[in-house]
Amino acid sequence: MVKEKKIRVLAAKPGLDGHDRGVKVVARALMDGGMEVVYTGLRQTPSQIVESAIQEDVDVIAMSILSGAHDYLFPKVMELLGEKGVDDILVIGGGIIPDEDIPALKEAGIADVFGPGTTTTQIIDYIRGNVN
Amino acid sequence: MTEHAGYEDLQTALKRWSEGVEKQLNKRPERKAEFVNTSGIPVKRLYSPLDGSDASYLSEIGLPGEYPFTRGVQPTMFRGRYWTMRQYAGFATAEESNSRYRFLLDQGQTGLSVAFDLPTQIGYDSDNEMAIGEVGKVGVAIDSLEDMETLFNKIPLDKVSTSMTINAPAAVLLAMYIAVAEKQGVSADKLRGTIQNDILKEYSSRGTYIYPPKPSMRIITDIFSYCTENVPMWNTISISGYHIREAGSTAVQEVAFTLANGIAYVQAALGAGLDVDTFGPRLSFFFNAHVDFLEEIAKYRAARRLWAEIMRERFKATNPKSLMIRFHTQTAGCTLTAQQPKNNIVRVAFQALSAVLGGTQSLHTNSMDEALCLPSEEAVQIALRSQQLIAYETGVADTVDPLGGSYYLENLTNEIYERAAAYIQKIDELGGSAEAIEKGFVQREIQDSAYRYQREIEKEERIVIGLNRFQVEEEKPTNLLRVDPSVRTSQIERLRKLRSERDGKMVEKCLADLKAGTEGDQNLIPLMLEAVKAYATLGEICDVLREVFGEYQQVNTLG
Repeated sequence: MVKEKKIRVLAAKPGLDGHDRGVKVVARALMDGGMEVVYTGLRQTPSQIVESAIQEDVDVIAMSILSGAHDYLFPKVMELLGEKGVDDILVIGGGIIPDEDIPALKEAGIADVFGPGTTTTQIIDYIRGNVN
Repeated sequence: MTEHAGYEDLQTALKRWSEGVEKQLNKRPERKAEFVNTSGIPVKRLYSPLDGSDASYLSEIGLPGEYPFTRGVQPTMFRGRYWTMRQYAGFATAEESNSRYRFLLDQGQTGLSVAFDLPTQIGYDSDNEMAIGEVGKVGVAIDSLEDMETLFNKIPLDKVSTSMTINAPAAVLLAMYIAVAEKQGVSADKLRGTIQNDILKEYSSRGTYIYPPKPSMRIITDIFSYCTENVPMWNTISISGYHIREAGSTAVQEVAFTLANGIAYVQAALGAGLDVDTFGPRLSFFFNAHVDFLEEIAKYRAARRLWAEIMRERFKATNPKSLMIRFHTQTAGCTLTAQQPKNNIVRVAFQALSAVLGGTQSLHTNSMDEALCLPSEEAVQIALRSQQLIAYETGVADTVDPLGGSYYLENLTNEIYERAAAYIQKIDELGGSAEAIEKGFVQREIQDSAYRYQREIEKEERIVIGLNRFQVEEEKPTNLLRVDPSVRTSQIERLRKLRSERDGKMVEKCLADLKAGTEGDQNLIPLMLEAVKAYATLGEICDVLREVFGEYQQVNTLG
């Protein structure tokens, strides 16, 4: 019998935003859902996030921003992943992100964005359904 | 009801009544087997005079304006004048924020409350690499005294009181404010307002720290000492439970962790040789107004009583003003929903009413669109109108502490008081607030509560209208207020111009003096005042302190 490999997730706070309630709740729910979660803590630059993701060999990067800086920081993370030749990590975002910004983020390679009111079960199901 | 005979009759009557009700429960069951509030305190079916004791009225509740201030810090409360209506605002550039402030003052707002962007709050100039994507987003970008002059252009600083949500670099922004006032011809002793200046909750809940706890506490006591002498009407700190609650704590934890931080500041100031009755009266507080209406009112009352006792018993303060919690309140941003955002108007109105019934000194009401974006002018106006409605139409401001004496409210006030006091004892045992944060205790308690709250919503044990009950299909809102990304470019251009036009030698000298003072034990505020007047930038000043003090590394409390 092959033991199923646990999904590994990097929960990250890019930028200067200090709101970490959401990311901590999601991280804990993912752990309770059987995933391995590494939390970066606050104030991560895009390059720090990419470094951690590669070092920790994660399947997923889940980023949270409530300060409005997602329009710069999310695409920057995707750009740096691209430069490193990483294309097998599922990258998702959450926080206060206006709907009208989502198409551009998806264009940049963010798989999906989860706003206020999302349940942790929805995020767990999404990750399970979309990690290769 | 002071007669014991009356109580015996009541006991018999209640027993009979309860037995009658219990019999009916099979036929008419209650909605839940157990009713519990957000702090986990069980809520009984009925409260009566038996749930309090008349003997303790004077020592536990007392009269408004008198120890222990449970019923309010002033004898006449809102019969004298209403609370200060103070909407937190600021975005993009100093020009745009200045025009929002003048709009709010025109609309009848009575105090200003400045929101700074994150680079300003963390001591970075707009041209710093860490600031990319953040300039002007959650507040106004301030890089130098020049921006501050624009921010308060045509606003007479001797007429308004200004609250500034600034913590790690609070001393620098205070220095800028004093310098702007000086240019308007207003001396520092006329200035009224508040700097948040509460670093401990930044480590545990809000995240805009710069330096480690010890040097941060020194800056704070430098501010206490400087303001006592020079800016006597200024509130030197706003010890904040708001963000602790937003991070997920319960009402009890909000009171406990806030007052525990307060204890740490008082101890630091005493350690620096200050007298409790000189800085004590200038300490102010900041609480959240969350959804559980009566629990919130009880919370403010319990906090007043607990702080009065701490100041009198533990710190031997004798000036009545040192014993009073004067506090600002803001409605709970975390309870607003992105779904059916107009429902937020109603949520905010209930929360604001609880703050008024709890005796707040000033109030910010959130705007309905805050779960989506920065508030629009229309949304801010409705939020302000909600306060004006409570003040001018509802009649609740016409008597002091109108709900005082409610059997339930007095019982709940006691419960919150006792549970918060027990938490503070636990924090004392851990070595005080700074230690408890360093050990991750406070953060873990808060994140456990946040997780429990989310589980309750997902299991539908907690109902949030529009989110997990009474949902509708709705159109996504458009035309949200957004900050123009060119704000960073224009700030950078201003910085470049400033650096080329100012007296560079003077700036260097001021920064060198500041460095020497920082390495020694000189009060830092006069040195910062000289530096900002020479147009040294916020980032340059904070970098001097970073070099000497180092930077704080957050404790990871997950896993």
